[in-house]
Amino acid sequence: MFCSPTFSLHGLIHVSDSRSDPPLPPAPALDARRESARRERGDKLMRFLANWQGMAGLALVILFVASAIFAPWIAPYDPNAMDIPARMSPPGWAHLAGTDQLGRDTFSRILHGGRIALMIAALGVTASLVIGLALGMIAGYGPRWLDNLLLMLFDAVRSFPTIILALATVALTGPSLGVVLAIVIITTIPSYARVARTATLALRNTEFILAERALGASTLRIMWHHVMPNVMGPLLILAAMEVPVVVTIEAGLSFLGLGVRPPQASWGTILNEGYLVIRDAPWMVVAGGIPLILTTLGFTFLGEALRDIFDPRMGRGR
Amino acid sequence: MLSYLAKRLTLSLIVVALVLLLLFGMLYMIPGNPAILALGTRATPEAIAEYSARMRLDEPVVMQFLIFVGNAFHGDLGTDVFSGRPVTEVIGERVGFSMALIFSGMGWAILLGIPLGCLAAVRPNSWIDRVTGVFSVGTIAIPSFLVSIWAILIFAIQLGWLPAIGAGEPGDIGDQLSHLILPAFAIGLGWVGYLARMVRASMLEVLSEPYIRSARAFGLPPRKVTGYALQVAILPTITVIGMGFGGLISAAVFAEIIFARPGVGKMIFDAVSDRNFPILQGGVLLATGFYILVVLLSDLLIAWFDPRVRQSL
Repeated sequence: MFCSPTFSLHGLIHVSDSRSDPPLPPAPALDARRESARRERGDKLMRFLANWQGMAGLALVILFVASAIFAPWIAPYDPNAMDIPARMSPPGWAHLAGTDQLGRDTFSRILHGGRIALMIAALGVTASLVIGLALGMIAGYGPRWLDNLLLMLFDAVRSFPTIILALATVALTGPSLGVVLAIVIITTIPSYARVARTATLALRNTEFILAERALGASTLRIMWHHVMPNVMGPLLILAAMEVPVVVTIEAGLSFLGLGVRPPQASWGTILNEGYLVIRDAPWMVVAGGIPLILTTLGFTFLGEALRDIFDPRMGRGR
Repeated sequence: MLSYLAKRLTLSLIVVALVLLLLFGMLYMIPGNPAILALGTRATPEAIAEYSARMRLDEPVVMQFLIFVGNAFHGDLGTDVFSGRPVTEVIGERVGFSMALIFSGMGWAILLGIPLGCLAAVRPNSWIDRVTGVFSVGTIAIPSFLVSIWAILIFAIQLGWLPAIGAGEPGDIGDQLSHLILPAFAIGLGWVGYLARMVRASMLEVLSEPYIRSARAFGLPPRKVTGYALQVAILPTITVIGMGFGGLISAAVFAEIIFARPGVGKMIFDAVSDRNFPILQGGVLLATGFYILVVLLSDLLIAWFDPRVRQSL
């Protein structure tokens, strides 16, 4: 399943490196393989550039990341500056997305809310990817009982609907951004771990891994140098697809008052405040929802385009 | 099939035990007397003494856990901190509203999504295929709680067609149904697109199989061929529906809070802000138990249809 030419080349180099008298393949053959690998990479890049969905997704992702990073410079107003005389004014040139019940500029708040979304997405996705990768490789490569135990743990975590788990946790700890982050990480680890486990299982009895083991490579070395590079690809694609999930969880929990607390701006708190005045200031719930949709579309398009190009089989049955 | 059933049931029971352990641990993770946590700060000393005796709080923790599990299996989930009524009774009044919402939301999504996916697969690249594609991507991208909010804005406030909040007058079926439409629409919308996409993809795969070509070559009417293909193509969809039920439960909780519908989700949400732990425990147990049951049923259904799955576990 993961036998791309780059991967077999990779295995070959390591197997030959670790022998005492290395019978290196003739240089021209290696060069030719490197050349073909480079050509394949170029080919994939061209296919990505020609994929309109992927390019649109990339543009939306860049828009999301850039607007979040540069929010303090782009935002026309301070997100928390109150302007009571201008409260609940409809969208216009002075306030692109109108103002809320305290006269704060909704557009500026949306830009600053993007920073929270980006932060949770970056931290949450990275942490769950790393933990999921480690647990998945341990489950796939370790003894059978450990595999079963870990699978059961993943099942137990997944048997809590996300919001139910979040509500139970908040009941214990009180609402905070840390709780949101913890919920995001815990609930998304199983999906990474399962993909990593399946890929590791497929690899563990392949010839180059068996050869490494026969040559006396430690388990840690095999995992780090041989299993991880081959498992990483599908995981990164999964990570792109998981970003909208993470952003939506943050917005949803903050909407319910379980995450980011007012007055801090987050897409969820904007929707919450807008929901309270939905009859008098409907622009808030409209404007607050649009960035959520655009971010979801962006990462979904990007993830699907990457998946179609790098691993078409992964898409089947999903 | 029997050994598969046994293994799958054991797995579910272990997961249920883990969930119970977490719920039991919940009261012990917070510093303070569990009796006060369970009964609320306004509890009288007699009530605390009675609770401590009934829950046998002086026994070792392991015994307490076994008692907790035993009580849960007998349907005794404690009493509501505020009304003093049994938790099971409070849940019993609300579970109907949640079930009606979940099944009607899923129901309309299945009734519309599966035929849409079929039509799109039978006529690839036709206008219906393109419309389905755009519709799927569009609806999947909108989080369900946003659909709820926007549905209220459009259909209840701007157009005034449907009621926004509540579950309708008790006993008035028409009124209750009109209160069900918007939340069911909101939680099902994303699923229509998702199911259509799933069914389209697996139908396209099945339709290219040799036995379908043979069936066509034998002159079977296209409608019948599509029917045969759908029987096979539906399998991954059943798994997806089962696995996706967790998301559906989450969506239903949001919808109940936004539409102020008196279901189990709204009850759990209120219990969190009231720090009403027995109600919280009961609600979480019900929600997770229901989800585990649905996933179990979908797995068994798949194993029933597909002998390969039975042998894999």
